[in-house]
Amino acid sequence: MADIDIKDIIKEENIVYKKSSILLDKVMHYCPGCSHGVTHKLIAEVIEEMGIQDQTIGVSPVGCSVFAYNYLNVDFQEAAHGRAPAVATAIKRLLPDKYVFTYQGDGDLASIGAAEILHACNRGEHIVCIFVNNAIYGMTGGQMAPTTLVGMKTATTPYGRDVDRNGYPMKITELIAQLPGTCYVTRQSVETAAAVRKTKKAIRKAFENQRDKKGTSFIEVVSTCNSGWKVDPVKANKWMEDHMFKFYPLGDLKDSTRDNPADYEQYIKD
Amino acid sequence: MGELRLMKGNEVIAEAAIRAGVDGYFGYPITPQSEVMETLMIRKPWEETGMVVLQAESEVASINMVYGGAACGKKVMTSSSSPGYSLMQEGLSYIAGAELPCVVVNVVRGGPGLGTIQPSQADYFQVTKGGGHGDYHVIALAPNSVQEMNDFVTLAFDLAFKYRTPVVILSDGAIGQMMEKVYLSDFVPRRTEEEIRKECGDWCTLGSKQHNYITSLELDSAIMEQRNLHLQKKYEDMQKEARYEEYMTEDAEYLFVAFGSASRICKKSIELAREKGIKVGLFRPITLYPFPSKQLYQLGTKMKGILSVEMNAGQMIEDVKLAVECKVPVEWAGRNGGIIPSPDEIVVALESKLIGGK
Ligand SMILES: Cc1ncc(C[n+]2csc(CCOP(=O)(O)OP(=O)(O)O)c2C)c(N)n1
Ligand SMILES: [Mg+2]
Repeated sequence: MADIDIKDIIKEENIVYKKSSILLDKVMHYCPGCSHGVTHKLIAEVIEEMGIQDQTIGVSPVGCSVFAYNYLNVDFQEAAHGRAPAVATAIKRLLPDKYVFTYQGDGDLASIGAAEILHACNRGEHIVCIFVNNAIYGMTGGQMAPTTLVGMKTATTPYGRDVDRNGYPMKITELIAQLPGTCYVTRQSVETAAAVRKTKKAIRKAFENQRDKKGTSFIEVVSTCNSGWKVDPVKANKWMEDHMFKFYPLGDLKDSTRDNPADYEQYIKD
Repeated sequence: MGELRLMKGNEVIAEAAIRAGVDGYFGYPITPQSEVMETLMIRKPWEETGMVVLQAESEVASINMVYGGAACGKKVMTSSSSPGYSLMQEGLSYIAGAELPCVVVNVVRGGPGLGTIQPSQADYFQVTKGGGHGDYHVIALAPNSVQEMNDFVTLAFDLAFKYRTPVVILSDGAIGQMMEKVYLSDFVPRRTEEEIRKECGDWCTLGSKQHNYITSLELDSAIMEQRNLHLQKKYEDMQKEARYEEYMTEDAEYLFVAFGSASRICKKSIELAREKGIKVGLFRPITLYPFPSKQLYQLGTKMKGILSVEMNAGQMIEDVKLAVECKVPVEWAGRNGGIIPSPDEIVVALESKLIGGK
């Protein structure tokens, strides 16, 4: 058999899948099994497919995804811990025709940045918020997050989260779905091929909502943090399916447009 | 010179911002500067120039909105008073670290804590020494009239873009609230996206294929040290921006050093003191950072004594002493907690602390 060169195999007509051109050729710092990498890939694919690379500005948080700008080939701003929605608000207000998205962890979005996300969503900013909920503070070494399940062991709840001591796990996505400024609120995951496809669809829809000025789109990605959870990636996926999905059920919480301002005008009509 | 009007200092900040072609203002109400945003909302500049005006959910949010807008190369600003300015420190540190241009107006009130809504200069340390974490400075301009509230808006943006740094207009409740005649600046159109790309295209995030990103993060200490040294070099370069005013110093034997409202009172004190035969003049730092140390050294070391007159417990006096290398006696006089000193009490302090006392 004649020698086959790799170049003979990788021909345009044979390609069924390739890395998005929006993903930069950098070795990611994420742990094997982490959900951040897959989620980055999906955002990259959506931006590439919509052809909006030079019209998109991302805002990365403080958290494991603080270096998102090293991986996604669009203009980017690294924001202070929790403040991405405020940063994104200004970018979008000043550049209303550009696409603006935030990418935030659960500590970032639901704890220190709770005010900023709620108010950005309540104002109905025309932005996309991607919320990676791994129920833990990954970057700082696995401390309790607002989303940590009751009984879950973390570095600051070594005997398990206890409601009397630590309060309840927060379903911030449900809270956000109540806000009149949001148009699309959904909870997805990326642990199976089917889930990845669904999440990609959700991200695409969110960016299209932004194009159509429908309001704030919010996508929670229920995620694993095998390093923080101290299990291997396969077990982490299983643990997420068995426990996280029960408390954080997947699916759309809202799919419409932000509320009509006219509906709010009646209250002070005399 | 532009249109002549009778206006409040805070209103002038708003009007000057519109006229300077500012792209965005983000703020949160706090006395004694709420008129800035109120005036903007009445003026509706979004209809006139396209300027964005947004009431944020907090000063934490408003300074981060400023970060977002500044990173796009836009001319953006916020204003607040002391407790709100405290909340902005994290954001200002990020803005300084990421080298973004912006303007922050601090109409200072008395503290600490919730303090008082009356005028004060007690934020001198916080503004001039950095304020947030890390080794950084902001340029601080100290207006002492409603006219300078107008003039310093344009100056502040020029310096902010020249050095890619936050510039703070350090005012106080008296200048913010008082009405004076003012010649307003002429209108300058907002820059187009093309113009911004020309000026800031190599760093700003307007959407591009060149992967511009804004960050203050660097985990490699060797590189981070270089970034710090770069900032320090910038602060060194900034020293040439030092501005000051001298008043009746030609024959002076004693010197008041005062900024903002306190400098106005000192002018009256000089009149009273000279009636008594005391030859006293005024050195007014206009930039509090960079502090006009060299100029103060030249003048101050010729004096018999210097009185640092401040509406705080004595903060600028440290820079005054450093400037004159303690070669002449330097004393403090002033009031705290929102009280404006009277011209007489400053003369009394001059006599007791420097003339009679020594
Ligand atoms: C003001 C401030 N407080 C605390 C920190 C430390 N810190 C960095 S990341 C982080 C938590 C991140 O957790 P999360 O948002 O859930 O993101 P993950 O790393 O899990 O993806 C904390 C507390 C900080 N950088 N800034
Ligand atoms: Mg997390």
